[in-house]
Amino acid sequence: MGGGFADSLRAAWALVTGFDARLAEIVGLSLGVSASACALAAGFGMAAGAWLAVARFPGHRAAVAALNTLLALPSVVVGLVVYLLLSRSGPLGSWGILFTPQAMVVAQTLLVLPVVAALTRQLVADAWRGNGEQLRSMGAGAIASAALLLLHERLALVTVLLTAFGRAISEVGAVMIVGGNIDGVTRVMTTAIALETSKGDLPLALGLGIVLLGLVGAINALIALVQRWQNAHAQAVGK
Amino acid sequence: MSPALIEVRRASVRFGALTALAEVDFALHAGERVALVGANGSGKTTLLRLLHGQLAHAGERRTVLDAQGREPAQAMVFQRPFLLRLSVWHNLLLALWLAAVPRARRDGLALQALQRVGLAEQRDRPARVLSGGQQQRLALARAWAVRPQVLFLDEPTASLDPGAKREIEQLIAEFAQEGMALVMSTHNLGQAKRLATRVAYLEGGRVIVDVPTAQFFNSTLSEPAAAFIKGELGWSA
Repeated sequence: MGGGFADSLRAAWALVTGFDARLAEIVGLSLGVSASACALAAGFGMAAGAWLAVARFPGHRAAVAALNTLLALPSVVVGLVVYLLLSRSGPLGSWGILFTPQAMVVAQTLLVLPVVAALTRQLVADAWRGNGEQLRSMGAGAIASAALLLLHERLALVTVLLTAFGRAISEVGAVMIVGGNIDGVTRVMTTAIALETSKGDLPLALGLGIVLLGLVGAINALIALVQRWQNAHAQAVGK
Repeated sequence: MSPALIEVRRASVRFGALTALAEVDFALHAGERVALVGANGSGKTTLLRLLHGQLAHAGERRTVLDAQGREPAQAMVFQRPFLLRLSVWHNLLLALWLAAVPRARRDGLALQALQRVGLAEQRDRPARVLSGGQQQRLALARAWAVRPQVLFLDEPTASLDPGAKREIEQLIAEFAQEGMALVMSTHNLGQAKRLATRVAYLEGGRVIVDVPTAQFFNSTLSEPAAAFIKGELGWSA
């Protein structure tokens, strides 16, 4: 058993270091889908989160509580909802994108949108608490304040995006349901690992696992780097 | 006397169970320089914010209005100014943008304001790496650039060293000479004496004394104000 695992690991390492074409294709699609989803979620999520941080309206607390609840949204539930929306009989069935990478982007966008919005809201709310009055004093309304505080906190927002990317690239439920794990079309790292493991092709599964782990590790390292740089910068300006 | 630029009557402000201001009457006329003094928690900053139109309140707040129905142009400088993580120049441009100054005039006004406070050489530096005194000068430039009729100052020199304090006081005095009305909260009685034409002493959310500066420092005042001048009052609740 131990020898089998070691052999698989060796074979997996050979696939990674040999830039295996099949593995590279799967990794490329994974990166493309998750990066697209994060870019889409960033546009709407940051704007919504920042606005929610500075605006006050009836039901504001309930909206924040709902957003924070969505942080724990299971990926399979997102997959199921998007599947129902995009299936032939669903309201968006006419788009004809079910079991395509586009459907996976839609699902992952919905999955990370609450992450981006909730973390952005928290970040901007903290900045607003200390400085909102000064912005109001200069004539900034809710939308201008939200935009300026996003600009002010742009470094910290990099961390938010990296966190969202980490969530997207490592999820399996949503992309499995709406992508269908079709070889060469919608197969990404996580769905491929699940399939290859069940087929017994451990080297490919392990190779993908190594790449996925490496990517998540790189994201964490980047987050740490950004945070360290921010702290050093804050110390330098005495804030 | 001309009508007050800003006036509050029987104005009260509450923060939850705390009454920060209680039925305050206060009027500011063109060209006046008013120092608000009193212990911590006496209501100085709350009165500044109320006059500036930043607080919900009971009672009345009135301002003169121009032909377009607008309030007098106002700006406020805080003890610790909030500067965006941008250059000195961009912080000024943003202030002008927020004040709805037309784009074509912004560059000229921003440059004038930087020259006015002696920061023209620093225009491309990140605003947040400036020294405390320079940051406060930038805040004053940001306020001055929008040409306010009324400038509110909330303990503008409280966290500065003596040299920076002098620079800021000098700028405030120059702004006042240009005709700007000032309302300034301060714990520094010497500063009130140097800069103000009128001193209002607050205690427990009420204006207890509101008299010309010479009268405040030279005549017999009510017991709490006299004790404050002697430095015998501590923190109020």
